[in-house]
Amino acid sequence: MSDIGELTAVQAAEAIAGGEFDPADLAAHYHQAAAVDDLNAFTWTPDEPPAPGEGPLGGLPVAVKDLFCTEGIPSQSGSKILEGYRPPYTATAVGNLQQAGASIQGKTNQDEFAMGSSNENSAYGPVLNPWDRTRVPGGSSGGSAAAVAAGSALWALGTDTGGSIRQPAALCGIVGLKPTYGAVSRYGMIAFASSLDQAGPLTRDVRDAALCLRHMAGRDRADATSVGLPEEIELPNAERLDGIRLAVPEEFAGGEGIEPGVLAAFEASLEKAKELGATVESCSLPTAPYALSAYYVLAPAEASSNLARYDGVRYGMRVDEDALVPMYTHTRHDGFGPEVRRRILIGTYALSSGYYDAYYGRAQRVRTLVARELDGVFSQADFIVTPTSPNVAFELGSKTADPLAMYLNDLFTVPFSLAGVPAISIPAGLSEGLPVGLQIAGPAFSENRILQAAHAMEKAIGFDQSPARTAA
Amino acid sequence: MAGLEPVIGLEIHVQLRTRTKMFCGCPTEFGAPPNTLTCPVCLGLPGALPVANAEAIHYGLMIGMALGSELAPRSIFHRKNYFYPDLAKGYQISQYDQPLCLGGQLGDVEIHRVHLEDDAAKLNHAGASGRIHGADASVVDFNRGGTPLAEIVTEPSLHSARQAAEWLRLLRTTLRQLGVSDVNMEEGSLRCDANISLRPAGSGELGTKTELKNMNSFRFIERGIDAEIARQAALIEAGEPVLQETLHFDPRSGSLTSLRSKEEAHDYRYFPEPDLAPVVITDEMLERARQALPELPLEREQRLLGLGLNAESARLLSWHGETGAFFDEALEVDDGASPQALANWTTELAGRLDSGDPAESKVTPQALSSLAAMVDSGKVTQGAGKQVLDRLVADGGEPEAIVAEEELEAVGGADELAPIVRAALEANPDVAEKLKGGDMKPIGVIVGYVMKETRGRADGGEVTALVRSELGLG
Repeated sequence: MSDIGELTAVQAAEAIAGGEFDPADLAAHYHQAAAVDDLNAFTWTPDEPPAPGEGPLGGLPVAVKDLFCTEGIPSQSGSKILEGYRPPYTATAVGNLQQAGASIQGKTNQDEFAMGSSNENSAYGPVLNPWDRTRVPGGSSGGSAAAVAAGSALWALGTDTGGSIRQPAALCGIVGLKPTYGAVSRYGMIAFASSLDQAGPLTRDVRDAALCLRHMAGRDRADATSVGLPEEIELPNAERLDGIRLAVPEEFAGGEGIEPGVLAAFEASLEKAKELGATVESCSLPTAPYALSAYYVLAPAEASSNLARYDGVRYGMRVDEDALVPMYTHTRHDGFGPEVRRRILIGTYALSSGYYDAYYGRAQRVRTLVARELDGVFSQADFIVTPTSPNVAFELGSKTADPLAMYLNDLFTVPFSLAGVPAISIPAGLSEGLPVGLQIAGPAFSENRILQAAHAMEKAIGFDQSPARTAA
Repeated sequence: MAGLEPVIGLEIHVQLRTRTKMFCGCPTEFGAPPNTLTCPVCLGLPGALPVANAEAIHYGLMIGMALGSELAPRSIFHRKNYFYPDLAKGYQISQYDQPLCLGGQLGDVEIHRVHLEDDAAKLNHAGASGRIHGADASVVDFNRGGTPLAEIVTEPSLHSARQAAEWLRLLRTTLRQLGVSDVNMEEGSLRCDANISLRPAGSGELGTKTELKNMNSFRFIERGIDAEIARQAALIEAGEPVLQETLHFDPRSGSLTSLRSKEEAHDYRYFPEPDLAPVVITDEMLERARQALPELPLEREQRLLGLGLNAESARLLSWHGETGAFFDEALEVDDGASPQALANWTTELAGRLDSGDPAESKVTPQALSSLAAMVDSGKVTQGAGKQVLDRLVADGGEPEAIVAEEELEAVGGADELAPIVRAALEANPDVAEKLKGGDMKPIGVIVGYVMKETRGRADGGEVTALVRSELGLG
């Protein structure tokens, strides 16, 4: 074995099953890698490498986004208000992986309460992009994406509300999969927007994403909105796309607001898809341009309610005062960062008596229309493809003063979040030396088909999974 | 108050007697050490999610059926957002514009709706008052937090404090009979708010209402509503406006204090609870609820009327569940007393008890049945029967033994009574003269004499008949 750090999770699992190396070596390797991480990707790692578990994922360490509750381990959701908070229970998705033998390598940095597209909203400092340390890794699962891209994690868990797995995966040159809403239990995920949040893997390649999802997913009695998946996830092996119909939304195809290098990489991927036997046609999603506006009403509205529990009464931070209201006010003012406060205010406003219909009600109608339009396209085409993000990784601090510019990062990812359908981002190539993501979205519960298509594209694109480490 | 009509609507919170809480698996016991019946869900820990309790929905359907409500095939939960330390999640999960049950009627009161929600935790205020004002510190016990509640909302169709308290007894009896709640007001498993307004009698419009919060006994409800009606009437008569506000009634001082005005009312920012799926009612669920329905008070009232009870007895024994249940048990014994006689003795017994619940007295249904039978058959008189009841209430025991011991058996028949009647007439010659002349008014003097002589063991009717025959009046 030359370097066990070069192995994907699927390869490492096979090697461990074949007795090629001691799984403790793998745990030690990633423990050491996290210890020397200089990207600020981790918010917590154990003192000693975790003991290897038993099962199909036995011996595989997994990096876990901070917002998954992990029993006895800090779970802070990137927020000061939960500083030092150690939950008494473990999130179902993490528990499922542990059941399969995986162990927790550490907790990864993220935007506070998953609100952000650059990981600059973390109370524990920004994460750096391993491709260029002056740039952001994307967000909100920025720590998970950066750790996987830098090789300091074998693979990682993230969550996606409006693009929080796919966009950082794109900006870091790795694979990120957002499953169908309900495929993976949300129990124990510190909530941002309940009707949108969904857990998924960030991995080096498509087969790893499949392996991780296979063991995360499943109906959970503790999550009334979870349904699981109708079939087991298989490891994809497709190399052709014969007969596959890809649809490109004409609303996004014009290139407006898309960086030229991103558009070029996207168009090159479409050519590759055709070479593999796919047909590419354009489709119309007239409501899609409004999806972003609807999302930035609905997600803050739910967040304003979900974050009400951080009141200083039972756990987490408290600013002591003589009376109740000042205690609430100062705890929440000091405990939440500016972006979280902004979204709580937006959400509170949107739900207020007299404004509900104009904002929340209308946004819900947009959501319904978006889902209906996507359904219509999926009756004509197998997948919708777009660039994952309109831009490559941007410089730290370049968008923090302009929230709207930041929100535009989610332009292509948000429609699929609103509809609750699955979508994957895979590396499509580089633009000016930085990774570009290709998003492939399908109808609900089409994960196996998406993974097969993504696998074929991944092979054809031939993206070298390691330039981050060689560049560093 | 002249010319003013009170209009009252009630909101009743009923803690459901499910094994576990509304949205988690914690037990719903009362009286456990503080914060021992909790979990991540009912403590509102990060990441925890609610799952609706199927048994609570079942109980909700039973309540809806008992109240004749329309049962929604699909209902949803909303979040009601506000900050308070007894509210772990920062919102209550409640039903809003699509409740489980709509409309209905119980007795003479129309039902607006019935919906399900979770209860808040319990705040305990340390300090002399036991209330938040003047407390040194407040601590939260989350054992109660998350207990399933059914909120029953009436239409504003009540018009007096007395009627409200009486109707609440009927509702409580109905809920107890259903077995869905302990309906214990002291323990808080039944809590009542009242919306009160006044209007000119005969007017179709509603005046400005106030809300009277959380009264925890029938007596306080009646007193509280009466106090508020008087307060509003005084304002109106003085030409001052009634302000929309929420009030607390202090049963010790009888005073009303304002908790918050309309301007301070919360904006609850209701929106559909994204963590829960809609509640969809299947035919199986409806059938199961129907099967579980016992005899309800108004059905009992019909049955008792069928037994020949007069309307007053039938209503009393139905609306007051404990008394009615005792009556049914005594009726089962069947010692031969007529149902009406037994009903009279049951209400006589209930009236002598502070608790009003015969089951909590020393009198057994068997004893009451045998007492009623002895009186009904003439073995003891009505008056002697009441003496026996006094003994039963005080010491318990068997009526036959008490009658024997106190020699209370009726004195009857011409052999025993005629000499006493004769003596009475001889002792009161002027009365005897009047009676002979056909003026029967003073006969009470003679009956009284006989009763005194027999210590109440004679039957008044028999005495009268003997007097007439002694005097040759036929």
